[in-house]
Amino acid sequence: MSRYEAVIGLEVHVELKTDTKLFCGCSTEFGQEPNTQVCPVCLGLPGGTGVLNKKVVELATKAGLALNCAIGTYTWFDRKNYYYPDLPKGFQISQVFRPIAYKGYLDIDVDGRTKRINITRAHIEEDPGKLAHAGGSIAASHTSYVDYNRSGMPLIEIVSEPEIRSGDEAKAYLEKLKAILEYTGVSDVKMEQGSLRCDANVSVRPVGTTTLGTRTEIKNMNSFRAVQQAIEYEVDRQIDVLEDGERVIQETRGWVENKGITITMRNKENPDYRCFIEPELDPIELTAEWIEGVRATIPELPDARRKRLVAEHGLPDYDAGVITSSLALAEFFDAALQKYPDAKTISNWIMGELLRLLNARNMELNEAKITPDGLASLLQLIEKGSISHKIGKEVFETMFEEGQEPEQIVKEKGLSQISDEGQLARIIEEVIAKNPKSVADFQSGKKQAIGFLVGQVMKATKGQANPGVVNTMLQEKLGK
Amino acid sequence: MQLHTLLVHELSELMEKKEVSCEELTRDYLQRIGQVEDKIKAFLTVTKEEALAQARAMDEQRARGEALPPLAGIPMAINDNICTQGIKTTCASQILYNFIPPYDATAAARLKNAGAILVGKCNLDEFAMGSSTEHSAFYSTQNPFDPEAVPGGSGAAAAVAVGEAAFALGSDTGGSIRQSAAFCGVIGLKPTYGCVPRYGLISYASSLDQIGPITRDITDLALVLNTIAGRNAKDSTSASVDGPDFKKSLVNSVKGLRIGLPKEYFKTGLAPGVAAKLQEAVRKLVELGAVCEEVDMPHTEYAVPAHYIISCAEASSNLARYDGVRHGLRVEAEDVLGMFKKTRIRGFGAEVQRRIMLGTHALSTGNYEACYMKALKVRTLVKRDFERAFEKFDCLLTPTSPTTAFKIGAKAEDSLAMYQSEVFTIPVNLVGVPAMSLPFGIAEGLPVGLQLIARHFDEGTLLRVGYTLEQNTSEIRPKPGLSR
Ligand SMILES: [Zn+2]
Repeated sequence: MSRYEAVIGLEVHVELKTDTKLFCGCSTEFGQEPNTQVCPVCLGLPGGTGVLNKKVVELATKAGLALNCAIGTYTWFDRKNYYYPDLPKGFQISQVFRPIAYKGYLDIDVDGRTKRINITRAHIEEDPGKLAHAGGSIAASHTSYVDYNRSGMPLIEIVSEPEIRSGDEAKAYLEKLKAILEYTGVSDVKMEQGSLRCDANVSVRPVGTTTLGTRTEIKNMNSFRAVQQAIEYEVDRQIDVLEDGERVIQETRGWVENKGITITMRNKENPDYRCFIEPELDPIELTAEWIEGVRATIPELPDARRKRLVAEHGLPDYDAGVITSSLALAEFFDAALQKYPDAKTISNWIMGELLRLLNARNMELNEAKITPDGLASLLQLIEKGSISHKIGKEVFETMFEEGQEPEQIVKEKGLSQISDEGQLARIIEEVIAKNPKSVADFQSGKKQAIGFLVGQVMKATKGQANPGVVNTMLQEKLGK
Repeated sequence: MQLHTLLVHELSELMEKKEVSCEELTRDYLQRIGQVEDKIKAFLTVTKEEALAQARAMDEQRARGEALPPLAGIPMAINDNICTQGIKTTCASQILYNFIPPYDATAAARLKNAGAILVGKCNLDEFAMGSSTEHSAFYSTQNPFDPEAVPGGSGAAAAVAVGEAAFALGSDTGGSIRQSAAFCGVIGLKPTYGCVPRYGLISYASSLDQIGPITRDITDLALVLNTIAGRNAKDSTSASVDGPDFKKSLVNSVKGLRIGLPKEYFKTGLAPGVAAKLQEAVRKLVELGAVCEEVDMPHTEYAVPAHYIISCAEASSNLARYDGVRHGLRVEAEDVLGMFKKTRIRGFGAEVQRRIMLGTHALSTGNYEACYMKALKVRTLVKRDFERAFEKFDCLLTPTSPTTAFKIGAKAEDSLAMYQSEVFTIPVNLVGVPAMSLPFGIAEGLPVGLQLIARHFDEGTLLRVGYTLEQNTSEIRPKPGLSR
């Protein structure tokens, strides 16, 4: 047991799913030609004054409510002043003094227990542009390019209390946060497209003490797994520093994925942002009725859905947890259940085949070709005995990759299960003839020997024989 | 015909009767510019070719029998801190010496759509920081009444006074429109904050800046205001209601109107000539049936320091975008931070740098409470002064400036003394109410300006008082010596 405890707070930036930017009418579509989605406002041209996109306020409120936050009825925007080439106005419009949402929480499951992580605040702010350096970093480049398509995109920054204690908890927090935001539809939450970004504040202290140690801020983590690993590395690093009798330096560190380490990015103190109320924008005033109206649009969230799957369909809590961890998976489950009423069987196929293939191929569910209707049809074929469970897995994989109907695959590949006794009788005779020892064993009372014989029949039919029928026929032939 | 001596509504009438073509009108003004601009230097850019092309296009339109818009062919000037598409907009700063906006300010676009023809962009103090145009990075503008006097903070007033433009658009953060109108003997209106969209006005202090018209009579003011006022979807601080028809405010009566005379504005530093003219105006208004009484505005003396802190604070942030990355001047350096520094050191003049530093100081940790927060509190107190005064009065009458136009060089080195020349106009910007400077005679050879202040969105009362004085005295519209 370590003598130290880690104290971790996460700052998560989430891009809100709107058609237009925070203060102008420019499109927010991802992946367009650089500097094609810009205007005087988001380019910070002299004289460009913006207007607040009301959809952003709605989505931010929705996210705040889904994270159990209080919503401020009178909040406003502030300016955070600093210089950087990706920041066209020389300041970022954010909510420094009064966030739209505050004092929330979310519950995570780690090692079979539930832990509540409090959320300090969630505030609206604008994204800066994006830099591309000819020489890798701004310092090493003679030329750098700026793409302002991202400039002015609406973000919420969700700040947790420093109540996370490990990389595992951080990962669980992010997974839960992602699921909630995905369920509410406020964001695409795609880390690879930058619509979800996470920085971690990490410090350590001796177990039993309450004062905070010196913290470092970790950046450049591009997946939840990276966050988990970076935190684990950083905690160990800080413990080593303290064990060596040295002091942790307050600094920003970057995660180097291919080396699995964090390195110093800047060790300067935070600049003085000289924050003050944004004088060009009106405050955001919300009525209690409006907020309740937004609350009414929040769909069933992951925790509630998980409980419902357990209560209504008798799924094990673990299965329900996995299925509800992603909206796509949960919807897949529900849709399959509409066509095939055995929840546990569906769950088994999702937990087994579907997740196995997604993980193996590193794919998202929406990239796979299999549909919930397809899975239901497949399960019906198995239930009717048209194909065996084993063949079913084969058909599933084809459906996953090519997306045909299971009946069609079975037909084209000739995978139909042989249940016809006339067809099977000849094969069973052959197997009995070839395996006198097993026949003798069975007849002398070693009942398990029948398994081998059934296996031989399956082998001879390339798995197509109906194992139940074969078993019954063998028993009859060999006289029990 | 000396077209440049005529008023906007007189020119419009000639246009309507087809007694003059757009091109003739434009050429007359361009000729006038050629005649006096050597001395006055009201313009940073004269848009001769663009103006003539636009005028010809409008004449062709008329020849085809199409109806012309209300300000068709009227030559206008716009201050160089208001964006005009395709036409250099420098803010009188080296840092924007080559900036050509890809878009029009809303107010400029509305005038363009109304048919007005831009003849040029006017000089001002760099980023509108000053009251004399002496802080322009390029040159100073001259007062049309006195070659040794300043024109106030906006070259546009001088241009309108000498007939280089029939009317102009200026900006007012601490009084530039009103003070330069007073110094040059023309009318200048700072509308209610939000009455005219700020989109396209290059920000100095966003919570104080407002675009407004400069004209030679009240009817013209109503015409221009009708065109530029009203809601804009692109400006969050623009009013959400459409403006009324200001021509309806051209009423020749002040009978029963209650006019407050803020005591604090008549106390100290008021030049005797200005004080005398003020008394004369009060007598006239009483004679015309208005009720004039003194009113207390106890927080007036704190308005200037509060305005100074707030405007510098906002400016320090608004001007951060001039870093050499996207537009304007770029001075190359070893690294990006060096580029920021060198660009800003070379691009900004001394007064702008001074105000950026002051604003940065006021907002920095440790000074924020004592400087910026305190200034915001004072702003609230000044607002209350006005609210209380407006419970009793329909409008307030004050001098526009404590003196007539001061001499070039007299205050250029003393930032605070310069600021004091706007001591009577500054409180209005803190509060956001509308105010107008109206010329009222001459003192020692220079025009005197009256300032009228009304409630939020009550520009109508200002027009009414102005119109009544215009109809009943000969003090309005002094002619500058240069126009001979
Ligand atoms: Zn834009």
